[in-house]
Amino acid sequence: MQSSAFLSRKEMIGFALLAALIFIVFPMMLDSFRLNLFGKYLTYAFVAVGLALCWGAGGILSLGQGVFFGLGGYCMAMFLKLEASTPENTSIQSTPGIPDFMDWNQLTELPVWWQPFYSLPLALFAVVAVPVVFAFIIGVAMFTRRVGGVYFAIITQAFAAILTILIIGQQGYTGGVNGITDLRTLLGWDIRTDEAKTTLYFVNGVLLFAVLFAAQYVRKSKLGRLLIAMRDQEDRVRFSGYNVANFKIFIFCLGAAFAGIGGAMFTLQVGFMSPTLVGIVPSIEMVIFCAVGGRLSILGAVYGALLVNWAKTTFSESFPELWLFGLGGLFIAVVMLFPNGLAGVWSEKIEPRLLALLGKAPADKSAPDGAPAE
Amino acid sequence: MSDDISDNKTNGVSRRAVLAGGTALTASLFMPKGLRAADFPTAEVNTTGLAVTDDTVTIGILHSITGTMAISETGSVQAEKLAIEQINAQGGILGRKIEYIQEDGASDWPTFAEKARKLLVNDKVASVMGCWTSASRKAVLPVFEQHNGFLYYPTFYEGLEESPNVIYTGQEATQQIIAGLDWVNQTKGAKTFYLLGSDYIWPRTSNKIARKHIENFMDGCKVVGEEYYPLGHTQFNSVINKIRLRKPDVIYAIVVGGSNVAFYKQLKAAGIDMTKEKPILLTISVTEDEIRGIGGENIDGAYACMKYFQSLENENNLAFVSAFKEMWGDDMVIGDVTQAAYLGPWLWKAAVEKAGSFDVDKVREASPGIELTSAPEGYVKVHENHHLWSKTRVGRAQADGQYEVVFETADLVEPDPFPEGYQ
Repeated sequence: MQSSAFLSRKEMIGFALLAALIFIVFPMMLDSFRLNLFGKYLTYAFVAVGLALCWGAGGILSLGQGVFFGLGGYCMAMFLKLEASTPENTSIQSTPGIPDFMDWNQLTELPVWWQPFYSLPLALFAVVAVPVVFAFIIGVAMFTRRVGGVYFAIITQAFAAILTILIIGQQGYTGGVNGITDLRTLLGWDIRTDEAKTTLYFVNGVLLFAVLFAAQYVRKSKLGRLLIAMRDQEDRVRFSGYNVANFKIFIFCLGAAFAGIGGAMFTLQVGFMSPTLVGIVPSIEMVIFCAVGGRLSILGAVYGALLVNWAKTTFSESFPELWLFGLGGLFIAVVMLFPNGLAGVWSEKIEPRLLALLGKAPADKSAPDGAPAE
Repeated sequence: MSDDISDNKTNGVSRRAVLAGGTALTASLFMPKGLRAADFPTAEVNTTGLAVTDDTVTIGILHSITGTMAISETGSVQAEKLAIEQINAQGGILGRKIEYIQEDGASDWPTFAEKARKLLVNDKVASVMGCWTSASRKAVLPVFEQHNGFLYYPTFYEGLEESPNVIYTGQEATQQIIAGLDWVNQTKGAKTFYLLGSDYIWPRTSNKIARKHIENFMDGCKVVGEEYYPLGHTQFNSVINKIRLRKPDVIYAIVVGGSNVAFYKQLKAAGIDMTKEKPILLTISVTEDEIRGIGGENIDGAYACMKYFQSLENENNLAFVSAFKEMWGDDMVIGDVTQAAYLGPWLWKAAVEKAGSFDVDKVREASPGIELTSAPEGYVKVHENHHLWSKTRVGRAQADGQYEVVFETADLVEPDPFPEGYQ
């Protein structure tokens, strides 16, 4: 069932279609405002791809991906905030040269742990490293004790709640409820202009493909097959002599790294970071992107993130009073009718018919990587 | 500006009757001023590509109508729609009817930024009435400054901001705090204060200003405690015990949202009777809207320091309250922010007419000095710093959920978003 090549012919077409969509169709069809919105949606796709690996392949359902998205985003926001808080820009403050929210909270000097964020390389390193270290700690604490399934999901959700409360409570250091706002330039490059947003959109696209290839590599490797084995029969894998916990920790950290990159790109694309992106609600939304797209497929996850966010924007613009019902209806319909999401619809319904139309024998009918055992 | 908000509905004439039969009346009242669209060619009043046609002008309304903030922001939306309808009934602005595009910020700050960008970039709205929390304003501010939009922001807030792209129709912190503290000191002889609030920027900044004022400007007064609780906190027993221990003359409370309900109920349950004024409870965060959630009997006797109360008995306000209830239902209450939101479209109208143009740069230039004699809160005036001169008032909560006004400053209080000596 698994082809040994890095990309089977079928998968290659899938990647090419997505690339055409992101790099050619969207930029040609959408005005700069809409393209910028899709740039924002793409940042969520990073998280969804990570979830497709953790949850779809590895069976680890994390309801706390917002934590990693937020950590990555905050690391980037701290760098940008320091760059924006020059003594000239902040001359009206009691202590010029520190971020405005610190001044409002009667801080008179920059906390030590903010200092490294004057350096872009260190900040970029932190964008990936901080979420990964955090995921590693959670992973070691949970997986080596064989905490899994629903319990793991609940605990990750608790982490999302804890981090939100922490950020809001420590507002002198984090900006509190308002978040870190009024970000202006990246090494002197104004990130607020339309041109910058368009450039960032393409950077997003390129990075997303890098992440997709990394995810594809993992799926095709022995690790990927072990993950599926663990998802379906964890004990058998363990009895075969594998250390299940280490594989789970690895894939969870990888998902966190993807989310961190997405968070950093979100900060650049939207121009601020706030605790509303860290908590339980956004974390669950991220799982929904993945579920709608089809958790078994990394490409499906990207489509899921794009579709759900696009629907959210469109519904809320057309029916400001009713849009939440529309969105809720969409989720219910997808979950009831297509348990394997959009990717499942494609591989079960559309593709066999296409092939039949083309006069070829229907390909094997199972969902990619086989349906999960539940 | 003599355009009277109450023109079309004084003398007990219902709004609907005016709408039906009063067009000729309003036309005769307003046309002689030369405000016909034909006198203001679109090419001249709109040189920057805004959504202005020969007979309409489009603005945006950007509030949360879903999510946790919806309960607070709905009143603002209603007030803004009422103002727009009344302005249209009077013939619009420069002869053009106002149309609005409403977007939902969904209590989510990135969504506010996204929708603000949509309104400015896609819809090219001439101005936006919107935002409520400081967090949402902070999120949209860079968007408004980048695309040169114009926002009317209704909420009383912490100050420390003065954007060329925002008119702040609510009061900044010093306008809401200082006069109230002086009043409680001078008329009630209060000397000791216990400050408490929800833990975010507005209560903290407000209490900072309160503390500086108490310690530096009020003889013999002192702060005996200061505490903060997370948003949504519902256990106030420990602070209530401390209050009973330290016996402050005044509990200065800036608790917001759902926490309010728990706080006032627990105060009452702990035997602190606010009607006896020992201690006095003084708040800047409870309007008539919040009392609906708290329950009038739980807050009976507390004092609130605002610029507007629904019970104000001037003609402007009586007309405003009856028009609001007619449009939105008899059980509506109107809080301080709702009134401030109502001022937004009127202030914009006045500025556009003074400028003779919808262009944001010209409206901004025309804004300082704009006066409204017809505001429900009374006379207001736009300051150079884009905030309003307005009076500070103290009201006493009644069991029926309304405030009885017990004090108002003799003069308008100057807005001072960056107060010297209070930082």
